[in-house]
Amino acid sequence: MDLLAEIVTGVINGDDERIAQLTQAVIEQGVSPKSILDDGLIAGMNVVGERFKAHTIFLPDVLLAAKAMYAGLDLLKPLLIKEGIPPMGRVVIGSVRGDLHDIGKNLVGIMLKGAGFEIIDLGNDVPPEAMVESAVRNEATVIGMSALLTTTMPVMGQVVQLLSQEGLTGKIKTIVGGAPVSGEFAREIGADAYGFDAANAVDRVKSLINVV
Amino acid sequence: MGLMRQTQWTASRASSTLSDRTPLDQRLASGETLVADGAIGTLLFERGLDPGACPESVTLSHPEVLEEIARLYLEAGADIIGTNTFGGSPLKLAAYGLADSTDEINARAVTAVRKAVGDRAYVAGSVGPCGKLLTPYGDAKPEDVYGSFRRQVESLVEAGVDCIFVETMIDLTEAKLAVRAVKDVSAATPVTASMTFDATPNGFFTIMGVSVEAAAAGLTEVGADAIGSNCGNGIENMVQIARAFRNVSQLPLTIQPNAGLPHIANGKAVYDETPAFMAEQAKALVSLGVSVIGGCCGTTPEHIAALRAIVDE
Repeated sequence: MDLLAEIVTGVINGDDERIAQLTQAVIEQGVSPKSILDDGLIAGMNVVGERFKAHTIFLPDVLLAAKAMYAGLDLLKPLLIKEGIPPMGRVVIGSVRGDLHDIGKNLVGIMLKGAGFEIIDLGNDVPPEAMVESAVRNEATVIGMSALLTTTMPVMGQVVQLLSQEGLTGKIKTIVGGAPVSGEFAREIGADAYGFDAANAVDRVKSLINVV
Repeated sequence: MGLMRQTQWTASRASSTLSDRTPLDQRLASGETLVADGAIGTLLFERGLDPGACPESVTLSHPEVLEEIARLYLEAGADIIGTNTFGGSPLKLAAYGLADSTDEINARAVTAVRKAVGDRAYVAGSVGPCGKLLTPYGDAKPEDVYGSFRRQVESLVEAGVDCIFVETMIDLTEAKLAVRAVKDVSAATPVTASMTFDATPNGFFTIMGVSVEAAAAGLTEVGADAIGSNCGNGIENMVQIARAFRNVSQLPLTIQPNAGLPHIANGKAVYDETPAFMAEQAKALVSLGVSVIGGCCGTTPEHIAALRAIVDE
């Protein structure tokens, strides 16, 4: 149990080498992969998310924490698959067509992974068709879209419309975010949710697929 | 057509805002308040720039539009006019497959502004972030980012800029690399360095967690001639940021607010702060002895004319 607490601290401190060692150690001790994930890596990222939300830490700290989390997750993943433990949900994310900004989108991806979701990151400048196609093919339940430019925001509405045309409304939920995006805009285009920052996006995705 | 309009304009205006060619750093050091231009991108979008396109590609396709914008800001009373090279570093241009056009994009952008303003305004070579996160947070190596800035600055200096504006930085390490690149290419070229801060319950910080104090210390260390902030805030927050800089630094300050924060109406970005409102609030910047006052996103020649008026008061 002590080692799990150390994993939590290691993730918070962004110590990736230590996390790899610790994760290997608890695996060898026979701690269940699910517990290592939930009580170690995700617990650590939860603290990071809370602190980020409170502005007591900043993007660099989150990025380092995520790096540490991945160091553990890489070791854990084969075991989780072997035991048939499904991810909390699969989320396709991307910056919309015409938008090459990805810091915000990457941060949301990190936070969602940190919360136990499986992320399919399509990068930036992603056409609406590619988002929907990827979500269907990967059986994702949520599409997360980011835009930094006011001029690319309308593309988010196109994704929502495309889902509707394909009869996927409600089956694949949408969440939007980015500096110029607002809750009002999300409602206007018919998106299912708006995340005002990365931590909030995680909460909103959880409520979209009823995991709280 | 652009050239003809310029000639007409020159004829219609006898006096100029810039009576001599005193190097900008001397004027900064003199305690004078200079007015810089407003947004370029906002005006480009108004003129039909495709939102997904590289803003710098306009320099190659429609240099006359850049001349027009520079003239509008000169006419509004700006002493310093920026080039359309914010994303003109090869690392950033690579996202559009334009890295090989770095020299052309930067040189032609300088030429366009110079053609419009002659020696009636200083031409500031704009240098924005490289668009990548430096190690250990991202993959970009400091030497590559430095090299990318250096290549852009070489083009800008070669083309004859009067100064370099390093702007909209969120990572202090990256901002310092850019300032170093300028100083290494041309120690005589004045460089201003400004960062973009967010208001948090604990004060102003960049996205990367850089405080005003840390920014001032770091940018001073690498030899910036003026330091400050642009983008990310309307005028009211910018006055607070300027005060925070003034509290920790005696260097000349540069402050370029947005016309408020954008909201969306009918699918378009709208910035609410009027020229009159911005100028009224900007009086506090003049009182603080800010050396360069200009505008960022959402500001127009009307905003700059209003700022000119309060600076001249």
